[in-house]
This record gives sequence, structure tokens and C-alpha cells, in this order.
Amino acid sequence: MGSLKHVEGHTAMDEGFLATRVDELVNWGRKNSLWPMPLGLSCCGIELMAMIGPKFDISRFGAEAARFSPRQCDLMIVAGTLTWKMAEAARLIYDQMPDPKWVIAMGVCSSSGGMYDSYSVVQGIDMILPVDIYVPGCPPRPDAVIDALIKLQKKIERESPIKNLFSGEAVGEYDEGTKRFLRAPNHAVPTTRSHEVLPPGERDHR
Amino acid sequence: MSSTIERIQEGLKGLNFQVETPRDGLPQIRVGVADVKAVMTRLRDACGFDTNTFVTAVDRHPSEPRYDMCWQFLSVEHNDRMRVHALVAGPEPHVPTITDLWPGTAYSERECFDMFGVVFDGHVGLKRLLMPEDYEHFPLRKDFPHQGIEPDRLYREWDRKRREREPMIEESTS
Repeated sequence: MGSLKHVEGHTAMDEGFLATRVDELVNWGRKNSLWPMPLGLSCCGIELMAMIGPKFDISRFGAEAARFSPRQCDLMIVAGTLTWKMAEAARLIYDQMPDPKWVIAMGVCSSSGGMYDSYSVVQGIDMILPVDIYVPGCPPRPDAVIDALIKLQKKIERESPIKNLFSGEAVGEYDEGTKRFLRAPNHAVPTTRSHEVLPPGERDHR
Repeated sequence: MSSTIERIQEGLKGLNFQVETPRDGLPQIRVGVADVKAVMTRLRDACGFDTNTFVTAVDRHPSEPRYDMCWQFLSVEHNDRMRVHALVAGPEPHVPTITDLWPGTAYSERECFDMFGVVFDGHVGLKRLLMPEDYEHFPLRKDFPHQGIEPDRLYREWDRKRREREPMIEESTS
């Protein structure tokens, strides 16, 4: 990709008419057919099922095709308490999903560990995965997750896939100190964080 | 019809045990670790306690002897329950297994080993039940911090080995 990167000080596909139009087309396609990978780990999984079912019906937003094969998904919904024993499986599933992919942390457990301030629970799945949207609630109502889905669609709208394709700059941000993913890859838009990263000593006061 | 504790006293005649009255009112006896096997055999054969409900331990840290083992039994025939307690000294507590009397106890004993590090002598296949198999600590011991000791260590090791094996894995870019 190096030869396409710089043309007389400009990036070849930088904000030109063609690039923005293609971006819009690609984003339109991506945001309206998010296929969720339901990782229902505890009670949030029940709300997730309600969300997919006929009453709340996320097929209104093009996301009803829940696949249980990570190869066919591009939206991972981590619904519930992720333990360190399960973290390996969750990370494997995430790695098996093809790009582009997004992650919703559903509920306080997957966002921050929630009430399980404990030795066995991952204190926020951003310790192992980059997360796009955090949804608070214990468990959140299906409406809240649908709201997260719409926010994710708006976020996808603002991405520039063509530019990222040639510049390769859209990598996520990982903090070695706190060992957390601060920003999901794939976009110029910062992650919607529901909690701050506190130094280890201050975590006790939650 | 005799009461539960009378039936137990009748069945365990000749063995060393003390009757206790816990706050919840359940018939309870306390035995020494050496007598556990004999008492359990009698409880099953002479007193009709045909089901083991659970096996667990109480960590009395820092008092000694540190562990208070606890077995609870149910008699389906007589429709009553009772409990056996035995004090065991640490730091590596050993008690005899009762899986030869009640085979279903195997899981309870594995859980107790997993959480408290109590070794059940004679248990076939005593390994961790809930925590990862190469986990080093016993989480329900009182000197274990509730946030764990490096809780992410096993995951990070697994992640590092996997990345060495498959260098293609990286954070996605597009």
C-alpha cells in the first residue's frame, strides 16, 4: 500500500469527492446489516433474546440475523459477566470474526465488572477486547441496547473506510499501563466510555 | 418414634463424638479427623442417612486449628437432616474422602478442594472444578484478597503464547 500513500504531499484517497462518496456507500451497507454475534454469558442474555425476538425486533435496524458462527458476524454483543476462564474463549471468538467488526459491552458486568469486584471476573471487557459502545444497566432493557445499536450505526456513518484502507492508520489504542483498550480500531471517532480508567488503588472505592 | 439425635446416638454407640446444638436447630455432631470414616460408615448403615447434601469447609483464620470441615446429610427414609463437623489443622488440611460411601460426593469434594485447598485422601481424580486447572490459589481462604492475586495472569500468558505461535493475530486495522 506504500505507493498509494503519498502523492505530492496529499494522501491519495484523502477526503476527495470519490472517496467520500464511496465511504458513504460502504458505511450505508455496513451499518444497515450488522449481524450480531450473541455472547450471552448471564442474565443479560435473556434481555438480548428479548431484543432479537418479535416484541423489540432489531430486524427494524437490520441486525436480526444473529449467527452463532463468528465467521458470519460483524457485531459482537458481550452480554453478561465475563470471567477470566471464559475470557480466552471470548477473545478467540473475537479474533475469528472477519473485519470490519464492532463490539457492544452490554450491562455493567461486561463494561466494568459491575458488582463482581472479584478474583474471577474480568473488570471490564476492554481488558481483553476493544469496545465500541458501553451499555449501562443490570441488565439493560432491550431499548437501551437498541439505542446502543443506533449509536453504533451513527458511529459507523462517520468512519472513513477508504481512507483507512490506504493509510492503515485506523488502529485501536491500547494502554500498556492499565492493560486496557482505550479505543476501538477502525474509526476516527473516540469510543463512548461509560467509566473512567482509574489507577489500581482508586478502584477500591467503587 | 425417636428424635433424630436419639437415632444418631443409638447408631454411633461406641464411637467418639460430641453432640452440638447450633443456632439453626439442626442435629449436629463434632468428631475428630481420625474418626470421620468410622462415623460416616455408621451414619449411612445404621442411621439411614442415604444422601450427602454437601461437603464444605469453614476457614477460621487466624485461629487454630484453622479449618472446620462440614458434611450435611439427608435421610430420605426418615425425612430429616444432620450435620457432621470436624476441625482440621492447616496449612495443608487432609481429610479422608467419603466418595466410597456416597459416590455423588465426588463433585462436592472437588469444589471444596478447589476453593479451600482441602485434600481428600483417597479421592480418585481430585482436581479443580471451577477455577482453571493451572490456577495456584485457593480463593475462599480468608487470607486470599477478594480482588485476587494477578487475576489476569493465566489469560495474559495464554494470549502471549498464542501471539507467538500465530504472528498474524494483531488488532484489526480496517
